[in-house]
Amino acid sequence: MSTQSTIYLDYASTTPVDPRVASKMMQYLTPDGEFGNPASRSHRYGWKADDAVEEARSHVANLVNCDPREIVWTSGATEADNLAIKGVARFYKSKGNHIITSKIEHKAVLDPCRQLEREGFEVTYLDPNEGGVITAEAIKNAMQENTILVSIMHINNELGTLNNLEEIGNITREAGAFFHVDAAQSTGKVDIDLSKLPVDLMSFSAHKTYGPKGIGALFVRRKPRVRIEALIHGGGHERGMRSGTLPTHQIVGMGEAFKIAKEEMESDHLKIKTYHEQFLKEAMKIEHAYINGDLDNKVPNILNISFNFVEGESLIMGLKDIAVSSGSACTSASLEPSYVLRALGRKDELAHSSIRFSFGRFTSDEDIKNTLSILNKVVDRLRELSPLWEMHLDGIDLDTVKWNTH
Amino acid sequence: MAYSKKVVDKFENTLENPQAFNVGRFDPKEENVGTGMVGAPACGDVMKLQIKCEPKGNTHIIKDVKFKTYGCGSAIASSSELVEMLIGKTLEEAKEIKNKEIVDALELPPIKIHCSVLAEDSIKQAIEDYESKQ
Repeated sequence: MSTQSTIYLDYASTTPVDPRVASKMMQYLTPDGEFGNPASRSHRYGWKADDAVEEARSHVANLVNCDPREIVWTSGATEADNLAIKGVARFYKSKGNHIITSKIEHKAVLDPCRQLEREGFEVTYLDPNEGGVITAEAIKNAMQENTILVSIMHINNELGTLNNLEEIGNITREAGAFFHVDAAQSTGKVDIDLSKLPVDLMSFSAHKTYGPKGIGALFVRRKPRVRIEALIHGGGHERGMRSGTLPTHQIVGMGEAFKIAKEEMESDHLKIKTYHEQFLKEAMKIEHAYINGDLDNKVPNILNISFNFVEGESLIMGLKDIAVSSGSACTSASLEPSYVLRALGRKDELAHSSIRFSFGRFTSDEDIKNTLSILNKVVDRLRELSPLWEMHLDGIDLDTVKWNTH
Repeated sequence: MAYSKKVVDKFENTLENPQAFNVGRFDPKEENVGTGMVGAPACGDVMKLQIKCEPKGNTHIIKDVKFKTYGCGSAIASSSELVEMLIGKTLEEAKEIKNKEIVDALELPPIKIHCSVLAEDSIKQAIEDYESKQ
């Protein structure tokens, strides 16, 4: 089966590169294009590439309203998260060794925190509330004298729930700790104004916003100044924060993607909001379907639903003509139910039953209609196969059953 | 996901045509029915297997089987595979079925071997239940 006959509803995992972005990138690769090394100061090949890199930097800065000099190119949001977290912790370790993050962060934040624990730092992992949100109050209560860094995501990748950056940032400012935000899911979805937000570092990814994979950026605030220890050394590019020859075509791609995101955020949002409403209305007609994450405090491009009495992986397999995922693609090879859903306090069986649908710029009316009709059919069939559904129909309360575990 | 074509086909066929693949239930109170149910919802899989038997000589033979499974694709495929192995077998023969046969038949990846263990447990329990009624 060709990929094109499969409906793509996994935009939170990655997006296709917008054709306008791809054609721009093509101009920076071949002998007749601007293939120069942006660090070459001695000829026009270098100057032209450098111009393109700086223009792209402005587009990225423009989308989130910061100074272009506050943008550091990285290989993606994972590297940006690593650079921010390890970079701040190691630079400021004489000031304190306590870090606050949450249990629903992406692995790109959790794993660097684990690494810092091995290096002697102390990390607090906060629980979200039952709506999947990290409250400012939780941050406040976890603050210690020696807290140097708070890392909380903007939009959760599995649930689409939004954390309030302003409230959290006001607390970190007051406490004198740095505030890092993983905003990989945010660009082009919600307005970000870094000129106003009390955020010190913010990670971005191109490939979640119709740009290419392999490029991202870290916002590092100049005023008040944040300093970080580099992870990669070798040439002192990006003001010493990230060495390595800049991948001009990737950077140009990210810049173009973010420029388009700024121009089309509103129209993208309107379209996706309509799909979200339509999908929600129909999917909720299926008995025992539960939305994961606070509906009143989430973005419309991500919709996470548990269909009780049906196991998630079998549902994904049953939806063979639809590309969806159960939680993060990085963890779908494991047997564990989503750690994010578990952190919400969902029962394990509901965590095992969750599916993430995510919509995007190239989603069509047809995609939504067809998915809903296939979804109905497959949930019905899997329930017909499910001994749990049978017990439920027989009026048996599954919580009172003594299970024969192995 | 590294599933073999066999797992995918077995799963899809079972889903498409449940009756033909012995999805269903017998009345567990009937004397010639043995029921086994293993696993737990919290672990992500529950298998229910029922055998309908009749005496033949000095043993009993499995005449019909029904199953229902909640679980991942390979759990469903494993149950379905087991069911095909059972029909027509004597209880002694059925007791001899090892999870390895299911692993081989479906080319299960190592991470999914527990599905075949669960299937083996379900037939053991169903036979036990049936024998306790005789």
